[in-house]
Amino acid sequence: MHDELLALLKSAGFNGDAILETADAHGGLVVRVANAQWRRAAEVAKEHLACDYLSFISGIDWQPAPREGDEAGGDTSSPVQPTEMTFGAAGSAGRFQVFAHVQSTSKKWGLTFKSDVDDADPRVESWVPVYSGADWHERECWEMYGFTFDGHPGLRHLYLPFEFEGHPLRKDYPLLARVVKPWPGLVDVEPMPGEPDTDAPSEAATEAET
Amino acid sequence: MTAPTHASARSEGPGWVPQPGVSEPSVGMNVELDTGDMVLNLGPQHPATHGTLRLVIRLDGERVLTADPVIGYMHRGYEKLTEFRTYPQVTTLINRIDWLSSFANEVPFMDAAERLMGIEAPPRAQWIRTTLTELSRIATFLLFLGEMGLQVGALTPAFYGFRDREHVLNLIEAATGGRFHPNFNRIGGLKDDLPWGWIAETRATMKIVLDACDQFEDLVLGNEIFGARTRGIGIIPSDVGTAYGVSGSNLRASGVDWDLRRDARPYLAYPDLDFKVWTHPDGDSYSRYWVRLQETREAARMVLQCLEGMPAGPIMAKVPRIIKVPEGEVWVETENPLGQMAYYVVSKGATGPFRVKIRSASFSNVSILPWLLQGVFVPDVITILASLYFILGDIDR
Repeated sequence: MHDELLALLKSAGFNGDAILETADAHGGLVVRVANAQWRRAAEVAKEHLACDYLSFISGIDWQPAPREGDEAGGDTSSPVQPTEMTFGAAGSAGRFQVFAHVQSTSKKWGLTFKSDVDDADPRVESWVPVYSGADWHERECWEMYGFTFDGHPGLRHLYLPFEFEGHPLRKDYPLLARVVKPWPGLVDVEPMPGEPDTDAPSEAATEAET
Repeated sequence: MTAPTHASARSEGPGWVPQPGVSEPSVGMNVELDTGDMVLNLGPQHPATHGTLRLVIRLDGERVLTADPVIGYMHRGYEKLTEFRTYPQVTTLINRIDWLSSFANEVPFMDAAERLMGIEAPPRAQWIRTTLTELSRIATFLLFLGEMGLQVGALTPAFYGFRDREHVLNLIEAATGGRFHPNFNRIGGLKDDLPWGWIAETRATMKIVLDACDQFEDLVLGNEIFGARTRGIGIIPSDVGTAYGVSGSNLRASGVDWDLRRDARPYLAYPDLDFKVWTHPDGDSYSRYWVRLQETREAARMVLQCLEGMPAGPIMAKVPRIIKVPEGEVWVETENPLGQMAYYVVSKGATGPFRVKIRSASFSNVSILPWLLQGVFVPDVITILASLYFILGDIDR
């Protein structure tokens, strides 16, 4: 099915510079397109791939999360993510990416588009002229990641109060609840009676297991 | 007992008292009445909005000019919170997205984690998951079948809806221990096996559900007033619906033959079940009710098939004690009672997810409201809201 989708993209003239990379993410096709081709990707998907259905548009921040959990205190309740920046399927040029999933209700297939956006000025063309439903998804992405969607009829807050500052889903935005108070689940990591201490899910044990 | 006084016979009060900044009322005088737009604020707390949804409606007389839904009153930031939880802890959060069918929410996330880890739940666990997902669907839809009547002015069906849903919730409670938030799925299987006698009881309950469907068909669909209030109201053309991402029964009621239980990558026991995907060509409020009624019946039949074909065996695959999910990303979608529920999970090989995009059905289903409510009459706003059937937690996440 992936080959068929890629062949259709190619026959629609959507190849070469437009597609940067493709990948198979556990059975799902991921196509990374050039930033300037973002809206054309939607148009091609709708016209030539029969993808009439917009599932979602959102963003990813690939920057490593601030290291959570206090190893000395044994608090490993917050998962510790890797400290170096790595990218997912189909790669990325920088920290921010916009991604979207479109599907076909008639052909029963779907694919994920990704596109890199600039770190300093995250900006991409809006999909609203192609899929009306992109409106709310792009408003959400704008407030959560700070991406600007050119051509959107009105980027304003969707979930958050209008005076809200910051972009909560960026990795450098702290989860305040965890900053002001340690995770109460800390007590759960005490060893069970009769178990050796090394079996407790401490950081050392987690790493020793792998 | 004195006869009520006619307004014209009432004694004159103090009359108009001049106040600074207030002009003299012109009512009753021979002036042209102002027919400007009126802004009607429906919600955030309003009986017709199923929770804290606010609709800012601009009216011209009885007709809606524009409708702007204001959401976010229940936004809990689950996408952010998942980045601070381990995989098993995330289940507790996603139980509360669509709280009427919590079990169905858990399934795609477990599926995502299992696919990334390369493990598979044993067949018995898959079949039990299928059974409980369909039971959630029945519970959700039975409430809708009753409540939709209530929204258009028929009180009786609501009581039947709540009563019949109770039977199904009892079953879910008996199997999982929780009526609303089962938290029953584990990565690689289920927490427990089914209790003794549950299968026989479920069989008996499905008979009740099928009878209830017949009753709703007579009571609601057979009602002339219900038809008059819903036929031709809130028509969603199929191309508009898909562009907005409307999914599930709402889209099938617009004639789109698309059901992820049949059309997505095979999941749970659905490939082994024999079921019909119901569609309706009209796309109006009536057809949305009709499709959900048929789907409730179909779900009851599917539960019976599941009970018949339930394989024996273990309910948990072998998983490590500390769950670490290898690096990768996966898109998993399922057909939930409200529509397409999907997760895009990105893992970096840690004990918790790096990024979880939660694609909930109601968010997209409600995003069509500004388009759909244009030009309808005020009473029809309520009909349309009820027929779209959304859960606020599923919009706000």
